[in-house]
Amino acid sequence: MAPATILVAVFVIAPFFWVIFVSFTNRTLLGRTAVNPEFVGLANYISLFDPVSFFQRGQFGFSLILTTQFVILSALVGQALLGMLLAWLLQSVPKGVKSITETFVIAAWILPEVVIGFAWFAFLDYDNGTLNMIMESLGLPPGDWLLQQPFWVIVIFNVWRGAAFSMMLFNSAFASIPPSYFQAADVAGASSWQKFRDIGLPLIRGHVVTVLILITMWTFNTFTPFLLTNGGPSYRTELISIYTYRVAFRDFDFGKGAAVGVIIMLINLVFALIYLSLGRKRAKGVKT
Amino acid sequence: MRHMFLRFFSRIGFSVFASLIGALFALPLIWFLFAPFNARAELGLAIPNPFTLSNFVTVFNNTFAIRGLWNSLIQSVGGVIFVGVSATLAAYALSRSNMPGKSAVTYVLLLFSSVVSGSAAMVPIFLIVNSVGLIDTHISVILVFAGGLLPTAMFILRDFIDGIPKSYEESAMVAGASPVQAFFDVALPVIRPGIVVIVVWSFVNIWGSFLIPFILLRSSEKMPASVAIYSFYSEAGTPIVTLLAAYALLYSLPVVALYLFVSWKFGFRFFGGIKA
Amino acid sequence: MASVQFKNVSKSFGEFVAVKDMSLEIGDGEFVCLLGPSGCGKTTSLRMIAGLETPTSGSIEIGESDVTFKHPKDRQISMVFQDYALYPHMNLADNIAYPLKVRGESEQNRHKRAQEVADVLKIGHLLERVPAQISGGQQQRTSLARALVYPSKVYLFDEPLSNLDAKLRLEARGFLNHLQRDMGMTAVYVTHDQAEAMALATRIAVMNEGEIVQYAPPIEIYRRPATTFVANFVGNPPMNLLPVEAMIADGGISIRADGLSMDPLPVSARAAKALETGKTLTLGVRPEHLHIAAGGESNTISGKLFANENMGPESLVTLERADAARFTARIFTDDEIRLEQNVSLAFEARHVHLFDADGLRLPFDGE
Repeated sequence: MAPATILVAVFVIAPFFWVIFVSFTNRTLLGRTAVNPEFVGLANYISLFDPVSFFQRGQFGFSLILTTQFVILSALVGQALLGMLLAWLLQSVPKGVKSITETFVIAAWILPEVVIGFAWFAFLDYDNGTLNMIMESLGLPPGDWLLQQPFWVIVIFNVWRGAAFSMMLFNSAFASIPPSYFQAADVAGASSWQKFRDIGLPLIRGHVVTVLILITMWTFNTFTPFLLTNGGPSYRTELISIYTYRVAFRDFDFGKGAAVGVIIMLINLVFALIYLSLGRKRAKGVKT
Repeated sequence: MRHMFLRFFSRIGFSVFASLIGALFALPLIWFLFAPFNARAELGLAIPNPFTLSNFVTVFNNTFAIRGLWNSLIQSVGGVIFVGVSATLAAYALSRSNMPGKSAVTYVLLLFSSVVSGSAAMVPIFLIVNSVGLIDTHISVILVFAGGLLPTAMFILRDFIDGIPKSYEESAMVAGASPVQAFFDVALPVIRPGIVVIVVWSFVNIWGSFLIPFILLRSSEKMPASVAIYSFYSEAGTPIVTLLAAYALLYSLPVVALYLFVSWKFGFRFFGGIKA
Repeated sequence: MASVQFKNVSKSFGEFVAVKDMSLEIGDGEFVCLLGPSGCGKTTSLRMIAGLETPTSGSIEIGESDVTFKHPKDRQISMVFQDYALYPHMNLADNIAYPLKVRGESEQNRHKRAQEVADVLKIGHLLERVPAQISGGQQQRTSLARALVYPSKVYLFDEPLSNLDAKLRLEARGFLNHLQRDMGMTAVYVTHDQAEAMALATRIAVMNEGEIVQYAPPIEIYRRPATTFVANFVGNPPMNLLPVEAMIADGGISIRADGLSMDPLPVSARAAKALETGKTLTLGVRPEHLHIAAGGESNTISGKLFANENMGPESLVTLERADAARFTARIFTDDEIRLEQNVSLAFEARHVHLFDADGLRLPFDGE
């Protein structure tokens, strides 16, 4: 018990309070304020929410809006829909198709993020990349995707990376429905779509909310697109986590970085409270 | 009859559709299946001709690359030991004690650990590690992961231990065993599958991690393979593709092996569910 | 072997009082069943003898020594658990011999002793298997073997047969009865199955809501249940209970209810006292003491036929009165009997039980 308490206290609970404290100072890495940071009140927050620059590229507001779009498109729409589609589809296809498809979907999820970043880096390469090779063989013009469409690249990248998670959770949700329910519908002559709409979906409604919150939290905090784009070009893929990293570790403005951290935590807190209260209501969350 | 045909064709349609999605998921990875075995690999897709392992020889002769794997191993194993031992003891105590408010403890811990994510906590974690002078040490990475992964590990394990009847230890104590004997003779062997799960889970998490070692480590001698791969392809103008492809494959192997081990051993895919 | 004593033992879990001021003496060599519905405190009482729960107040003695706060390992007892608690990672030999292992016996002795006990229980050929590979009945016997492998002062049983199917349960019950006669062990046995308690116990403690309602030999419990609760709990089907009006007349108690016709019963001192405060009593007759009235009997109850369940050698005939109260008789199946829409059941006066308004038994003279 004791070692666990210390570890958790120092690396989970202390950072929580420390980040709040630092966000009210002008702490930097080097120089006078590194040793003796001054209390600056709300200055860091005021500069984050400065209405003049708020929406400019490379500023907090831009990053926050970008992240919101990223979460909605890649997680709530992309991952959730694709995951549910896969979970439903793979129930009724031959075993071979199922296991091969599953293997690739899950591989995208379990491989280390750096490897995935590198694989996509190669995949999207302008001169030799697999994607442009396919485009050319289809008679379409090649593109320098990371320069031309960086935002859509990270959206698709994140859908690809995370669909497995939704798929597996929905899979186990569907598996928890007694097969007799579907057999009864079969006997009544229902089509696959009708079974999904009338039986599958209503019975896993609780799981859907859980999955949406989990993937939202995960996508909101993800740092992985950094490995593909570094946040660029010109801040166009600078998600909130990448923004924090740049402010704190490139510009060495720890006070401001901490202020962003506090805001991230507040947003996380809202989602976590919803998630935990759902879990409490159902006594147990999604069984995976 | 017409109905049967419809059924048949919709089944085929489903299969084709599912295969198509599978193919889309496979595309970005296919290059990665070939390049490591191609001595002249570039970023383009090409069937290795001849098929060769020479890229792997290059990796094994590159001290920086090998040290990266070694560092990943040190940090992962170190973190796993911390997480495994303290989560087991803490989860056992939480599950078996009659302590009032023990569910509140778990609740608050889970809340904290999901709120204090890597992106929110990178600044304070860096500052804490910095202020105790542990920047650029293995132990800093190990401790940060141990703390960060513990709440979830404890939660998973507590759930698991809660599902094991207390009568195991009780019967041992009635039979004459001390609480410590009952723990080691009876409880620990029964909990072992749960411990394997959290050990594998935390190993995979630390092994694949990038951000924490990236901000906590400075010198190239300490960098784990993840940071090494990133610096290989992001910093040096044109990456040495042959080396990098083989290296990334080697680095991925433990994760794939553990995944296969767990799905073979436990038959369920806990992996995805509780990752990250 | 040793005796067991509860002295004013109470146990609460937070607000909930599981056992209330319980005193109970279990003699050396006795087989005592704690019988009651779930939540009556019987398992908690057993676990306090084992040391798995500590009393909130009061004390517990095993033999002559106070064990109230002793650790289970220091009590020299053995216990069979409801779920058997067989260790899944050990084979049967190691499971059975585990108590000897923690007592520091050599491996050779352990296995010799395990083999002996296992042979007695007819699982000697299974010792290399792990619990998952044997049947439920064999698991039950393995857990029994683990309890018998070392000498104990008291043997504790927590519903050990409740996970077996009906046939195996009868078989295991017979074996336990034989074992008790053979070893003369002191045993405390928790069950909610009255038939099990009747078959095994030298004395039964019937419990309800944390208290002992009656503590007596099985036949006494059957013949003279102390309360309506005991009357209702012991016996299958349970005793018929009917609220009746009673008054003293003509030197006897005359009893009245719809459809009931009875000769006056002799007055006892207690009954007379009970009738001073109120005239509503509860009348009880066991189903096996009822038969189809042939005409001319003096004690009968009649009503409409509700059900007639043929169970082979005997039948359960249930009649329903106008107020929906039901009365069941257990009669020998006789093809000759043709049941009419209206049925009359007859009984003898000596089989009548009376309970006062609080549900306490009113004894007859001479009881």
